Amino acid sequence: MEQTIEYAHATGVLGSVWLLIAIPLVSSAVILLLGRRSAKFAHWLGTAAIGAGFVLTLIYFFLLRDQPNRAVERNLWEFISVGSLKVDIGLLFDPLSAVFCLLITGVGFLIHLYAVGYMAHDERRHTFFGYFNLFAAAMLLLVLGNNYVMLYLGWEGVGLASYLLISFWYTRPSAATAGKKAFLMNRVGDAGLVIAIFMMFAYLGSTNYADVFNGVGSLSFTVVLMMGLLLLLGATGKSGQFPLQAWLPDAMEGPTPVSALIHAATMVTAGVYLIARSNAIFSANEVLQTVVVSVGALTLLIGCIIGAAKDDIKRVLAWSTVSQIGYMFLGVGLGGGAYALAIIHLLAHGFFKANMFLGAGSVMHGMKDQVDIRRFGGLWKLMPWTFATFTAGWLAIVGFPGFSGFFTKEPIIVAAFEREGWTAWLYGWAALLGAGLTAFYMTRLWVLTFLGPKRWTEDIEHPHESPPIMVGPLVLLAIGSAIAGGLMASPVAKWLEPPLPAEAHDLHPVMSHGVITTLSLVLTFAGIGLAYLLFRRGTALVEQPAGVVVTAARRNLYADAFNEIVFEKPGIFLTRALVFFDNRGIDGAVNGLAAAVGGGSGRLRRLQTGFVRSYAMSMMAGALLVVAAFVAVQMGWLS
Amino acid sequence: MTIKFPAFDYAAIAPILIVFGLAAAGVLVEAFVPKRARYLTQLVLTLGGLVAALVVLVTQADTRVVTAGQAIAIDGPALFLQGSIIVLAIMAVLMIGERALERGGPFVAQAAITVGSEEDRRQAARADGATEIYPLTSFAVVGMMLFVSANDLLTMFIALEVLSLPLYLMCALARRRRLVSQEAALKYFMLGAYASAFFLFGVALVYGFTAQVQATPGAHAGGVDFATIHAAAATSPANRALLFGGLALIAVGLLFKATAAPFHVWTPDVYQGAPTPVTGFMAACTKVAAFGGLLRLLYVAFEGARWDFTPVLGAIAILTMLVGAVLSVTQTDLKRLLAYSSIANAGYLLVGVLAGVREGISSTMFYLVAYGFTVIAAFAVVTLVRDADGEATHLSRWAGLGKRSPVFAGVFTFILLAFAGIPLTSGFISKFAVFGAAIDGGQTWLVIAGVITSMILAFPYLRVVVMMWLSEPGESTPTIAVPGALTAAALVIGVAATLVLGVAPAPLLNLSDTAAQFIR
Repeated sequence: MEQTIEYAHATGVLGSVWLLIAIPLVSSAVILLLGRRSAKFAHWLGTAAIGAGFVLTLIYFFLLRDQPNRAVERNLWEFISVGSLKVDIGLLFDPLSAVFCLLITGVGFLIHLYAVGYMAHDERRHTFFGYFNLFAAAMLLLVLGNNYVMLYLGWEGVGLASYLLISFWYTRPSAATAGKKAFLMNRVGDAGLVIAIFMMFAYLGSTNYADVFNGVGSLSFTVVLMMGLLLLLGATGKSGQFPLQAWLPDAMEGPTPVSALIHAATMVTAGVYLIARSNAIFSANEVLQTVVVSVGALTLLIGCIIGAAKDDIKRVLAWSTVSQIGYMFLGVGLGGGAYALAIIHLLAHGFFKANMFLGAGSVMHGMKDQVDIRRFGGLWKLMPWTFATFTAGWLAIVGFPGFSGFFTKEPIIVAAFEREGWTAWLYGWAALLGAGLTAFYMTRLWVLTFLGPKRWTEDIEHPHESPPIMVGPLVLLAIGSAIAGGLMASPVAKWLEPPLPAEAHDLHPVMSHGVITTLSLVLTFAGIGLAYLLFRRGTALVEQPAGVVVTAARRNLYADAFNEIVFEKPGIFLTRALVFFDNRGIDGAVNGLAAAVGGGSGRLRRLQTGFVRSYAMSMMAGALLVVAAFVAVQMGWLS
Repeated sequence: MTIKFPAFDYAAIAPILIVFGLAAAGVLVEAFVPKRARYLTQLVLTLGGLVAALVVLVTQADTRVVTAGQAIAIDGPALFLQGSIIVLAIMAVLMIGERALERGGPFVAQAAITVGSEEDRRQAARADGATEIYPLTSFAVVGMMLFVSANDLLTMFIALEVLSLPLYLMCALARRRRLVSQEAALKYFMLGAYASAFFLFGVALVYGFTAQVQATPGAHAGGVDFATIHAAAATSPANRALLFGGLALIAVGLLFKATAAPFHVWTPDVYQGAPTPVTGFMAACTKVAAFGGLLRLLYVAFEGARWDFTPVLGAIAILTMLVGAVLSVTQTDLKRLLAYSSIANAGYLLVGVLAGVREGISSTMFYLVAYGFTVIAAFAVVTLVRDADGEATHLSRWAGLGKRSPVFAGVFTFILLAFAGIPLTSGFISKFAVFGAAIDGGQTWLVIAGVITSMILAFPYLRVVVMMWLSEPGESTPTIAVPGALTAAALVIGVAATLVLGVAPAPLLNLSDTAAQFIR
């Protein structure tokens, strides 16, 4: 454990790794500054910027493989230097950031391409691409920073882009509210992250990854626990995990490419990145790991249960995102070799979830922005490409043998069974149950959308397939959904070690691998079969009365109500009370002080008469005083 | 007795000579170039000459020499401050040369015409502004450059006069509100002469002191060059009253130029009355010169008396900060508000000067540059907000400006935040630097006063911000004129520097740190 982390300095071509951030940033600045004048080319500029980023990332990626430590650092310039504290604008390109860069630029490029078609009829398309590029730059900064302050800059940058894009159609009240909600809930998480960073300042005197990870060993149990919990709070906020999960589904008010890129493939996985990056902190404290595992397990079940009760195609996908990130949290919480498993699942998820979101967007595009799956049905014949690609995504997420999810989710479930004692059973079964539920609600979504009888609203006559520029990315992502998991699973695990810990070989699950896999497959097929049988003939067109569980799930398990009663109401009361006391007490004092300053100012002002004679007088008096004071000092009266 | 002509290191003083030549050439242009061509000739000549001086200065960056018979010291601080003065003067000349905002520019054509006469009305409407302003500016810049490198009190006094006399004239040249402008110039001149008298009397006293002690065996007694003063102050004769009396009076003369209380009284009236580009020039460049001179005086000549002058000058610093901050609160005119803010900033600069350590020199120099950029940008915005009667400087007129012109209101907000010392602006870094230096130098009491007055001072700034953004534009809200290329350039340079020095201050901090070593 006690090995020192050191990164080589980036030289040669790798020294230009900052270009990854600079290119989309410049493109975003150009588009946003030109405003309407850029409308003709903004979408191509934005897409090209990300495409260039992808090509560069590939080059860097292959160069990195030949580096001695497979990690290079580049300090660009000093950002803050106060006393012993130094923060550099510094970048770190290592296996972990490399795979994230590939995901961000690769999937990001496809989604940009898709958005060219999807947003074609929006008159603010150029603004959209400006924000989209801004997001990409911030996200790349987040994963490329070599210290927590850089990470935080990126963290807030992606947050900003996310709020801007959620409320992109700000004239819709629901979009504006969703943006605000995302902003407020993220602030809670961000506060945690900021305090954690301040703790690093205070206890370690540095926020550099290398210094922090090398210094963790010297910190006390409580400090590590606090630091880790605060980091976790930040991670749960950004990744929509319990207890801060409620904003993510509402964020679907943004345009669909935003949901695909930001709220499925990349930004919401920043929490997983944070924990994986900080694995030295999280591995150092078992209590901490247990908390992370619990958050993951709980959230994955919450996501499944609510996802099964929703009728809005994007909300179902959003809750499935919450649930899948739950799996990733479970993975990073388990520690050891499971860190890599979580990252691999994250990559595979990036493909299949982006694929399904874009598929959903394609469906909406053909169905006049209808999002209610009760009003779809029978679309497979009319949208063959969308159907085929969405099917690939569906098979991937439910973990159908041979598809991505099977190779990436399975190992996490097995790893959950590898814990010691009774907790293996608890978390293992939670993960298994989640797999079954996922199969159920995703099949429900798939069947209701594409199969069964038509249940369209009257105004829709001929749903049409989307244009090639939207179908192309879908096909590529579908191929990725199908095969990425299988191809990546073992090479990526090797590639990621280090920075992530190696797999331990002396662990044994409480049940054998075969049994776990069989159980998971049985549950998956049961979920698929049940959903197919229930929904193959369609469903009621309006919400039906339901039992306690379904009602609760429809209400997001009362999380919003909980927030309202526990935080919002007391919060409003508290602010009112504070305003009251502020007016009476504090403002009294402050206003008194202000009045004193103001009054003094008013009185002093009268000395400024405008007459030269009185000015000269005041200078004379001043000079006399100064001379007198000097003489007094000289005589020893003052000092 | 033979008088030997002292040796000159012409390379070292080349930048001063270039600007001096520039000023002389400007006078010739006034005499020989036809009237129509003068504006362009002068503008190009002045900007070109200043840039040339800057280039030569940069090539001389490693010079460390005392030349001209102990009269001029070209060392790190001198070069740094001279460079700062030239850069800020270039920005000011850009504003001075602006003619797109107002027909004929911001200066009167013939200052001698009686205000209000028929002829005056005609010239106000039609005639192009006087181009004498350019050689005057160059002369003032020469004085300032000499002032920060003067190595004896008499050279310093001459430099003081060379920089002051053109400024008095420049203050009187406003095209609009000419009476206010002339009143400002007269006040500035009378009080400036008064302050000069103090300075000169102080020089006499110091000479008296050095003449009475034999500093080094063999050296002839008496002299006002800094090395002699330093050596004389290091001996301990019974009566040092002459020394301290002299220092006190010299300090009064310098503090007058530095706008420190209670010698600040002229500032609001002059800043308000002078043409705005000239105000910007004074606020930025004169401050650099005054504090540059003060630094050299205190760190080179009177270094040995540090423990004696620090309490007194510290009290002046606190008074300055208090007066500037408290009086800003009730100002209703933007130029006056900026004047009081400039006074308060003089207090913060004094804190840096009094730190008494090397960081004190470097942080003060950094502060001067950062503040200079921001304050010129601020006055550039002031020239843009205008109505039919010229600039609209009353605060009430700025209400709701954010709705009329969000870009300029945004820029001005940024500038005000920089004045208030909000992070990510140069204002934060420079305050932080001087306060940090003062703590290092053991002057915590000054820092406490500095922080408290900063809090007070944030109020008037934020009040302007609130007025611009949260009030509805009224009938009388003026329009913002589209700046010409020159003002736009000055504004962009100022704002960009404010931002860059706030985000990546390290290069300039390092530069000022390497430069912060006086030679004697």
